[in-house]
Amino acid sequence: MAEFSLPKNSRVEPGKTINAANGAKRARRIKIYRYEPDSEQNPRQDTFEIDLDKCGPMVLDAIIYIKNELDPTLAFRRSCREGICGSCAMNIDGTNTLACTKSTASIKGDVKIYPLPHMPVHKDLVPDLTHFYAQYASIKPWLQSDSPPPPDRERLQSKEDREKLDGLYECILCACCSTSCPSYWWNGDRYLGPAALLQAYRWLIDSRDEATGERLDALEDPFRLYRCHTIMNCARTCPKNLNPAEAIAEIKKMMLTRTL
Amino acid sequence: MSLRSELGRVKGLGSAKQGLGHWRVQRLTAVALVPLALWFVTALMSLIGAPHAAVVAWISQPHITVLMLALVIALFWHLQLGLQTVLEDYVHAPWLQIITQLGVRGFAVLGALAAIVSILKISVGVN
Repeated sequence: MAEFSLPKNSRVEPGKTINAANGAKRARRIKIYRYEPDSEQNPRQDTFEIDLDKCGPMVLDAIIYIKNELDPTLAFRRSCREGICGSCAMNIDGTNTLACTKSTASIKGDVKIYPLPHMPVHKDLVPDLTHFYAQYASIKPWLQSDSPPPPDRERLQSKEDREKLDGLYECILCACCSTSCPSYWWNGDRYLGPAALLQAYRWLIDSRDEATGERLDALEDPFRLYRCHTIMNCARTCPKNLNPAEAIAEIKKMMLTRTL
Repeated sequence: MSLRSELGRVKGLGSAKQGLGHWRVQRLTAVALVPLALWFVTALMSLIGAPHAAVVAWISQPHITVLMLALVIALFWHLQLGLQTVLEDYVHAPWLQIITQLGVRGFAVLGALAAIVSILKISVGVN
């Protein structure tokens, strides 16, 4: 049956409040989703009131400050702190984005932080992305070619052909787009989702790749590709300003073209 | 509990090698329905207040009959494809999926046939 309500154990309850602002000028409430599957308790929403002058400008700086100074049990992923590794993807102020490139000042009112939506949660802001990565692996994200490379140099690509990869190669697989997609929420077990499909298109239009037909064969499926209903959440949420919806539309056009 | 690899789960039963046909017909019928529906509504508006015999005579013209048939075929086809997608999206119990899909298809086919027979009966004047 279709499910319309959340399971009982996923209802978010109010959590603790820690006030560390002490009447600071730039005080801000940061509300963070907390969950520990092993504890068998429902998720909570903890509130940390902090002084923004005591931490850096980005949301990631704020939660690192909270972890260092207020609550070392807070779990989240981060690495590069400059929007290139994709580790700190989370739902901030209602939108999936990277905590390291989202400035706290750009958010009005309380800063609400949740893990990426509709994924299993390991702890707090750390989602389980195993399935997402397996979907990426399933599109064979590497160059496939029967022609051997030239013996003395790399495979050549014209400037024009290289330009076709712009807007695609920048994807860092942070999973913001896929986890913002309602189609991926309801059918993510079989629908590949915007991230994997953008990557699939990146290889479909690579002039050096010779497996275009096989790649299209593998994608032609009512669920893998055609669950995309052009909702466009992916393009709206992408922290790198890419357009996965357009890449998916291009794949659909390629499917059509090879029958004409 | 399953120890199957995640990649094995994603690959599943493989690609169905279809979906393009559905996508193409849904768009073709959508494009066809824009002029057909506009024409039908404006034609009906111009027939408001007309006597029964005049409406029958209007439908009985061959080109009007053809357009009416095209309209109901495109309409029921598009309806079936759209509802099929909605059910695939939201219904996850396999038994309910089969029952509802069969129900939608049966309704679309019977509805289209009923509309076609009605139009033909008016058009060729068999009562």
